[in-house]
Amino acid sequence: MSYSDKVIEHFTNPRNVGEIENPDGVGEVGNPVCGDIMKLFIKVENDHIVDVKFKTFGCGAAIATSSMITELVKNKTLEEAEKISRKTVADALDGLPKNKLHCSNLAADALHKAIEDYKKRKKSNA
Amino acid sequence: MRKVYLDHSATTPVHPEVLEAMLPYYKEKFGNPSSIHEYGKVAKVALEEAREKVAKLFNCSPYEIYFTSGGTESDNLAIKGVAFANKKKGKHIIISSVEHHAVLESCKFLKKEGYEITYLPVDQYGFVDPFDLKKNIKDDTILVSIMHVNNETGTIQPIEELVRIAKEKGVYFHTDAVQSAGKIPIDVGKLPVDLASISAHKIYGPKGVGAIYIRKGTRIIPLSHGGHHERSRRAGTENIPGIVGLGEAVEMVLKDMDKHNKHLKNLTETFFKKLKETVKDIQLNGHPEKRIPSTLNISFKGVEGESIILSLDMKGVAVASGSACTSGSLEPSHVLSAMRIEPAVAQSSIRFSFGRENVIDDVDYTLSVLPEIIERLRSMSPIYAQSKK
Ligand code: FES
Repeated sequence: MSYSDKVIEHFTNPRNVGEIENPDGVGEVGNPVCGDIMKLFIKVENDHIVDVKFKTFGCGAAIATSSMITELVKNKTLEEAEKISRKTVADALDGLPKNKLHCSNLAADALHKAIEDYKKRKKSNA
Repeated sequence: MRKVYLDHSATTPVHPEVLEAMLPYYKEKFGNPSSIHEYGKVAKVALEEAREKVAKLFNCSPYEIYFTSGGTESDNLAIKGVAFANKKKGKHIIISSVEHHAVLESCKFLKKEGYEITYLPVDQYGFVDPFDLKKNIKDDTILVSIMHVNNETGTIQPIEELVRIAKEKGVYFHTDAVQSAGKIPIDVGKLPVDLASISAHKIYGPKGVGAIYIRKGTRIIPLSHGGHHERSRRAGTENIPGIVGLGEAVEMVLKDMDKHNKHLKNLTETFFKKLKETVKDIQLNGHPEKRIPSTLNISFKGVEGESIILSLDMKGVAVASGSACTSGSLEPSHVLSAMRIEPAVAQSSIRFSFGRENVIDDVDYTLSVLPEIIERLRSMSPIYAQSKK
């Protein structure tokens, strides 16, 4: 099994690692297949994701997809971000090894959960 | 960049002397041992000499040694060969829950064929309780298979008592000795197993060759049919260069076992001691003392194993994960789960397996890069941060 250069690059220098204080939305998911865990934090202004950070306990692919998804969603509208699927992430990384495809679920699911969380919070504040 | 290989439980480099001994059998001594002419005779002599060398490992008769393509084939032959040959007596097999996949999958196959498999539980160290074995042997039990040294943890299973129980009840006992061969003595006089599997490439021999000890009188049928090779128990032209290599490797590891064990013990003990001083929240999996001196299985809390392997690899250090993420399957290691180690901790485990060519500088180098790696990964981990709060 071998990872693409892009995966290795993102694994070595992951973007946007950390937590956001007072986030507008948080998505936490555990991968039922392997037990890996990812937590994604977003800051939203005018329906745009203005900041995003992640923390991941997972394999190389999990860390790389986490990093990649933060790059993909930054400064996107919520609507655009919602369209990001696991395939978008995997493709942006020049693909993942077959047995590692499920790892990209983690990032996509965490993102969607964070957006959901944001919407829920907004509703209850309204 | 310095390169440090710490994955000897996966495979070892072929020792130069072993390779040297093999080469003529690819070149001028290429004959087929079944041939009557001079070429054949030369190969036949080499085959039988290698058999004698391997017999010394078990302190058995050379006629009880059969060459195979490796540990997996030996395990398959032991499990299925005994199962098929003894099905009139019964169809019940007992194994431990920490066996190698070669044993596990052979049993899974047999289960589909109508055999009944009992998996014995293990304690936190991976030890089988002899009482459990005793309790589970029935009239139709034909085979017990329990591995000698666990490949993931390096823990030595005290099989003496287990063998005694099986023998008492007249049940065959097989042990996968792939990880113990050359590291601890396996004298079938004192440890009267009926079958034992070994592999050459774990003891500085070539890949693709192994052997099985089959006690005289054991009822077993072959899995491959053809010519009368290996006294009709394993058809197929013998891999003479490989077999010569196996014989040579066995001779070599037997000769200086104590010396190398001392060397390995020093390396692993130094490594673990210094590691504990520099990295907190680590845990040794397996038994702290009853282990082969080469292997350490360590969990780094809050960090997933594969990310450690990748990071170490970038620094030139080769290790393996105790978890199965790397081996293609994704569930945490069945061995660590059976030892009731929490999934997140099992997933954080790394196997460091040292070998005879490692030196103390390798320990120092690894320790010079590892703490930083763990710290970096922990800073990204949602569960490490949580456990600190
Ligand atoms: S193996 Fe679990 S996320 Fe990749």
